[in-house]
Amino acid sequence: MSGFSNRPLARAEAKVMGRLDLTKRLVALLRHEEAVVGGIGNTNFDLWAAGRRPQNFYMLGSMGLAVPIAMGVALAQPQRRVVALEGDGSILMQLGCLATAANLKQGNLLIVVMDNGSYQITGGQATATGLGADIVAIARGAGLAQSAWAADEAHFEEMVGQALAEPGPWLIGVRIDMQKPVIQTERDPAQIRDRFMRGLGVKPAWG
Amino acid sequence: MADQDKDAAAWPDALYELLRARGVTQFAYVPDAGHKVLINRSLADPDAHSVALTTEEEGVALLAGADLGGGRGVLLMQSSGVGNCINMLSLTRGGRFPLLTLVSMRGEFGEGNPWQFPMGQATPKVLEAMGVIVLRADQPEEVIPTVSAALTMVFQSGEAVAVLLGQRLIGAKQF
Repeated sequence: MSGFSNRPLARAEAKVMGRLDLTKRLVALLRHEEAVVGGIGNTNFDLWAAGRRPQNFYMLGSMGLAVPIAMGVALAQPQRRVVALEGDGSILMQLGCLATAANLKQGNLLIVVMDNGSYQITGGQATATGLGADIVAIARGAGLAQSAWAADEAHFEEMVGQALAEPGPWLIGVRIDMQKPVIQTERDPAQIRDRFMRGLGVKPAWG
Repeated sequence: MADQDKDAAAWPDALYELLRARGVTQFAYVPDAGHKVLINRSLADPDAHSVALTTEEEGVALLAGADLGGGRGVLLMQSSGVGNCINMLSLTRGGRFPLLTLVSMRGEFGEGNPWQFPMGQATPKVLEAMGVIVLRADQPEEVIPTVSAALTMVFQSGEAVAVLLGQRLIGAKQF
């Protein structure tokens, strides 16, 4: 059965999983210098904790921009898979980008939305997803037909594998826990930009 | 007068060709009549990406991504859309991203809609407050030299530059 079937799980049926564990599982499946854009807060802290890949870009502020940044990278780098990691609070702030992504029909784009139903970093206030909004249903409604919730860890890995191999755009929703981040990303956005560009080879390597 | 009309009709096509000649391939926009030619040219150009945004701040991020991937883009918006971008310009400044935006003006010379004045009048101030250099063209003959200068400032020097296309140039709206 395809991981992105036309009868996806509802949000309530998806298993609540470990955020850092899922991030590590995602990174372990990257074998072709795929670019990853981590959204602000815990999604990028965990991406940082999962290894300092030079093809990672870490957002430090301005909620909701991971997906449009990833779309720009994906347009400029059509041969490379590009992954956007975003939290529920952030994606809710920029839902229009799901329609833009659907309209652009970027075959090399994978969006992963990590949803714990709360603005965890500001004290755990409920987001709209915690009150009933379903990001996968919203994404499908926006035109991203290849959108689904991950039922569990194995299903997540199956879908990531498919999304890295077959034409997208793809969106995977994962329900995640409320664990605290184990480390925070270094706070130097200009250096993060520079490293990423050298990691992609659009700037020459040092030395 | 005939020559002026001819120039007025010619600058948008010359502007598109300038942007393409300087390596711009991503045209991101929330539509405005002042950008109609650029948008239509990008839609018809097989070597350009024409990206219809849902909101202007999406374009600030998209063009940051273009830069990260080694590409060049331009954000086309109306002055009312500048207000939607303010917090997102933190990304531009913090990461020292190049940013080129062409802003068709409302709420100034000859404006007929009172709603447009607050954002139109605030546009250069809020852009400058967020570290964006503001240039301006009000006559057809100013457009190409001004945008050409902006292209150098953005893609050679890495600055964020907005070129305001004034209502003297693009025409004042009555609605």
